[in-house]
Amino acid sequence: MQAGQIEQIEIDLLLEAVYRRYGYDFRSYARASIERRVRQFLSRQGLGSIMELTDQVLHDPKLFSSLARYFSIAVTELFRDPWAYRVLREKVVPVLQTWPHFKVWHAGCSSGEEVYSLAILLREEEVYHRSTIYATDFNDSVLQQAREGIYEIDRLKDATRNYQGAGGKASFSDYYHARYGAAVMDGSLRERIVFSNHNLVTDTVFSEMHLIFCRNVLIYFDRGLQNRVLKLFDESLVNGGFLCLGSKEDIQFTEVADRYEVVDRQARIFKKKARP
Amino acid sequence: MSQARDMGIQRAVVIGGSAGGSEALLRLLGGLPVDFPCPILVVLHLHHSDGGALAQHLARVSKLEVVDPSDKEPIVPGRVYVAPANYHMLVERQGSIALSTEERVNWSRPSIDVLMESAAHAWGDGLIAIVLSGANSDGAQGLVAVKAAGGLTIAQNPAEATYGVMPQAAVDTGAVDLVMDIPEMAQRLPDLVNMGRRGPLRDDLMERPRDER
Repeated sequence: MQAGQIEQIEIDLLLEAVYRRYGYDFRSYARASIERRVRQFLSRQGLGSIMELTDQVLHDPKLFSSLARYFSIAVTELFRDPWAYRVLREKVVPVLQTWPHFKVWHAGCSSGEEVYSLAILLREEEVYHRSTIYATDFNDSVLQQAREGIYEIDRLKDATRNYQGAGGKASFSDYYHARYGAAVMDGSLRERIVFSNHNLVTDTVFSEMHLIFCRNVLIYFDRGLQNRVLKLFDESLVNGGFLCLGSKEDIQFTEVADRYEVVDRQARIFKKKARP
Repeated sequence: MSQARDMGIQRAVVIGGSAGGSEALLRLLGGLPVDFPCPILVVLHLHHSDGGALAQHLARVSKLEVVDPSDKEPIVPGRVYVAPANYHMLVERQGSIALSTEERVNWSRPSIDVLMESAAHAWGDGLIAIVLSGANSDGAQGLVAVKAAGGLTIAQNPAEATYGVMPQAAVDTGAVDLVMDIPEMAQRLPDLVNMGRRGPLRDDLMERPRDER
């Protein structure tokens, strides 16, 4: 048996141990990225083998939390893919404007940059006060960052350019306060946002939604888990509700594909068909 | 180590480039025949507003089909997969593309090292990895990983490259098997890809490593 195959077994055992000991299930995560993370974590911790890591993780909850954090590092930015936000403005907002109240689920919100982006967009389109935004992630430490809404100031140049590309109607500096070399997002943007812990892998539906925003999360899941999560979204969405995915994610070859019409192919925005 | 092969793909080529790399890539792809027998995966450092423009440009020049891949897209021989701007591109052992928004590596996303390391795990000694023109050292560690897994490593001749820093950084690791100008690369790549069919690719090489460069 080759070294690479043995490593596969070791990673399987690590993920199994993590699941049975702590209940966090990474077994259905996209493998290439998890493998890379495990190898890097190993060298960062100065450990000799994955089995050694498995042994320590089983007995050390602190080491587990840093491993779990390491598994879930996805980096995002304010108004990532500005053109997708422009499509959202043009094709989804007109429908939102017809609803007296609507609920948004931002699933896998990470450190919150895109939640604030969405809040800004909804406010500029004068529908924010009619919304409730549930922003969820399974990782409490990134969720806390999202709640605080404090971002590095040197990332604001990109954010400002993105905001303009997204069809922003004001000046981006209206939405944050510069303080101690950081940008603090304006507190009023949080008024309609509920941050809470939700694990897409193990938790279930918690409310009926009109818009589900889940960008660059499904890329970390394998096909089976993707289907599970898309079904969860499908159970949550009202008929005529919208699903917004990352620009490289698609429902085309998944089990829910025929239940949606394409609102915009490039921006990966889909609308749930009314069912007889 | 090479489960991507179970899916029928025996060989693959990965290419990385940065400043001056797209020009080199255009010449290289333009010189490859329409029946090139394996998939080619490409990372070029692009501005994150590229939006698939490079892939479209390459498609006009290349006889091969050029793809701006979605996540989990199956990898098919004879196609060129160009990593989208602002995503890392990795390879799943089952033979599909995996995209990720993890943090930048070598200040880059996509990173050449990330692609090459993951392809080395998927294809082992069936992989050929090429570093083209560039002004940083992304790709150097990737080539080391490819070589360690038994693959064949090639650098564009730093003297020919618009920016020689990147191929030179690769050569300086001592992990580069061949150093070539682009026309020679385009001419020899089909043979190099075919040579290894009887066994590990490197054993068939007529030319010795040019580490002395």
